[in-house]
Amino acid sequence: MQKDPPAAAVSGSPPDRRGFLKQGCAACLGLAAVGAPAAIGTRVFLDPLQRQKAAESFVKVTTLDTLPEDGTPMQFPVLADRRDAWTKFSQVPVGAVFLQRLPQDKLLCLSVVCPHAGCFVDYKEDEQGFLCPCHNSLFKKDGGLRDEQSPSPRAMDSLETQVRNRNEIWVRFQDFQLGITEKKPVT
Amino acid sequence: MMKRLLSWVDERTGLGQFAQAFLFQNLPGGSRWRYVWGTLLLYVFFLQAVTGFFLWTAYSASTQTSWESIHYIQHEMTGGWILRGLHHFGAQAFVVVLVLHLLQMVIYGVYRAPREVNFWLVLALLPLAVAMSATGWLLPYDQHGFWASRVPIGIMGVAPVIGPLLQKIAMGGLTFGHHTLTHFLALHAGLLPLCVALVLGAHYYLTRKHGFADASRDCACPDERYFPAQFLKDAAACLAVFVVLLGFVLVPHWQNPAVAPGVHLGAPADPSEQYSAARPEWFMLFLFQFLKYFPGGTEVWGAIIIPGLVGAVVALMPFVAQWKHGHRFNVLFLGTLMLAAVILGRLAAIEDSKDETYLAAKEQSRRSAERMRQLVTERGIPPSGGAALLRDDPFTQGPRLFAKNCAICHRFDGHDGTGHKPLNTYTVRAGDTWESIAEFRFVPVAEVRDLNKGLNGQPLKAGDKIIVPVRPWAPDLKGFASREWLAGFFDPARVDGPHYFGGTKFKDAKMVKWIKKNATPEKAEDMRKVIAALSAEAKLKAQAGPDQLDAAVIKEGRLLITGDMACIDCHSFAKKYPDAVAPDLTAYGSKAWLVRFISNPNHLDFYGKRNDRMPAFADKKILDAKQIGLLADWLRGDWYEPPKNGK
Repeated sequence: MQKDPPAAAVSGSPPDRRGFLKQGCAACLGLAAVGAPAAIGTRVFLDPLQRQKAAESFVKVTTLDTLPEDGTPMQFPVLADRRDAWTKFSQVPVGAVFLQRLPQDKLLCLSVVCPHAGCFVDYKEDEQGFLCPCHNSLFKKDGGLRDEQSPSPRAMDSLETQVRNRNEIWVRFQDFQLGITEKKPVT
Repeated sequence: MMKRLLSWVDERTGLGQFAQAFLFQNLPGGSRWRYVWGTLLLYVFFLQAVTGFFLWTAYSASTQTSWESIHYIQHEMTGGWILRGLHHFGAQAFVVVLVLHLLQMVIYGVYRAPREVNFWLVLALLPLAVAMSATGWLLPYDQHGFWASRVPIGIMGVAPVIGPLLQKIAMGGLTFGHHTLTHFLALHAGLLPLCVALVLGAHYYLTRKHGFADASRDCACPDERYFPAQFLKDAAACLAVFVVLLGFVLVPHWQNPAVAPGVHLGAPADPSEQYSAARPEWFMLFLFQFLKYFPGGTEVWGAIIIPGLVGAVVALMPFVAQWKHGHRFNVLFLGTLMLAAVILGRLAAIEDSKDETYLAAKEQSRRSAERMRQLVTERGIPPSGGAALLRDDPFTQGPRLFAKNCAICHRFDGHDGTGHKPLNTYTVRAGDTWESIAEFRFVPVAEVRDLNKGLNGQPLKAGDKIIVPVRPWAPDLKGFASREWLAGFFDPARVDGPHYFGGTKFKDAKMVKWIKKNATPEKAEDMRKVIAALSAEAKLKAQAGPDQLDAAVIKEGRLLITGDMACIDCHSFAKKYPDAVAPDLTAYGSKAWLVRFISNPNHLDFYGKRNDRMPAFADKKILDAKQIGLLADWLRGDWYEPPKNGK
């Protein structure tokens, strides 16, 4: 570099300004050449951010006859049509729920996903409540937090239910954001 | 000639001089075993790159092919299980070597100027190694990988502001799917190894630039050249590591040659399938345990802020070391950290070893993996993926369907099909005693008392809530329609017991009365023939041999059913009798019979209006045709079983 002859001095403009322009241009062009393909790639990579979840519709989970009268929660798989990138799946398991009868013919549907870190919660008959097998969060039978020290930031997530044709139980199956105190659907 | 060629290359590339400087670098004070760590790290990375590359040549990332391609590598491809095993243990070795190298650098003070950057490079490898292993877990897409990967991704979401965005990018969408796998593969096999390679390269370069360590003053050891003195030590250490890793892969197979060789590959991922043994790799267990101590909403502290601060303190160590006692503080800090990690990890392991849910999940996972292997061998994997095999398997689904739909009234060998005794809570009413409650449920009093230890066996008061076994309202269906089962049914002492009609409204009905009157010792021989004939109707797989052998007895039995025993006074047999009021005995217990029975026991061919309480599972849309078929197959013991003596 020191060997370069002071050729710039030949032209009219002051050498340092010319040099600066040249350096600036070199940097810009180099950056553009390197950055453009990377930007196009990144744009595609970030495509998931643009994906909005289609509004969940209700799916049929089971029938009233399968729920014990004494209100014991039962676990059911949720089957639904699902589009995963290029594949259209029909009636595949997308998750699972706990269903239980409440007094006055009401139903309670709880998502099996622990709001803490997403593990599959277990119903414990002898505890009369739910226990997460990962970090030991404890929930009451109605899904509420049993003790304040539980790692879970909130109660288990309840899901909307409907009874159709007298006997069929339909559930609006949703995922919720994990690890936060409020129950916010993933959108 | 050779010399001329070499000098020709060297003149044009400078490679010769570089190799000279690299290979024959002077080591002040000679070679040392503790100088091997850098090379070892490079070697384990090389091992991972090579094994990883070859795994990659046979791997296919998508929800329908990931598990399937790994299964193929492991169980079909020659040496596939060794390759996968090496890659699996190599990943752990990388972390171990890295941590030891870091400790060695701190203990020997090799982080002081001018080696600060070198220290930071090694430190930067830690999160990279964790990211490599976290992205690697998911790739086999088995139950373990699926559920264990949800946790770090869930934790990612608690990072303020960018958390949910990062999560979405990592998953490649809103839920786990094809793009989660393609993203993880691109990171695991592309971007992350590139970063590791660059960091390792820079680390190695700087090590050679600054020398391995300051020449020790206390020892008058002569200088040595890198090659062959240190090279020999490096090569020996690398080979030793490789042999140990190979041992981890091979020894379990030698110890237990009956089990399929290779690192555990669980059942294919299924989001509706419970998995209670999701744990991170052992070297991350301490963080897993740490998170248990953070109550709801403070998780971000345990998962991000505290580990970040600790990392910052470690990163500042080269500067801390400049203070008086600074070096001592560093060693102490790192020592405490290691000790805490070991204790936390150990705690997690101890908790798990006592946790029945965890152990049961482990066992279940082992069993379904084994079952999958049998099914894949028998049926082959359909284009929709391996998970479908398990979903269509009576052996796997039967117990679950039974537990969910039948065990409210029926039992299977005393349990609910999955091995649990069904329990429920009961609010004590006036007049109930321990004895009356136990008697109603056909169990010994001690069993009820044991379930309610909290009450210490005090007399019950109305309104007490106690846990009780569920009363069997209907027969135990283990071995239904087999000779053994029918022999119990036609036993006057047992027919009105809990295993048969004891809990039903048929307890004192015609059939029970008939058995009590007719099943006498004098008629025992005839009864045996009737049982053989009736059981043969079911065409049970397990009874195919005896059914064929006793063809004559069965023929006589059929004559007795329509003749002397007068079964056809109430039942149809072989043909329809219009005035039959009890279940049709034609093809009794066969798959078609059972499917029709479960579909609608109220049908005139079965109990008609006299049905006790069994729901019409098909007509009421409780179960679909496929589920009823699976249930019937399972009750009849009809599922694929691998040949007994190997292949």
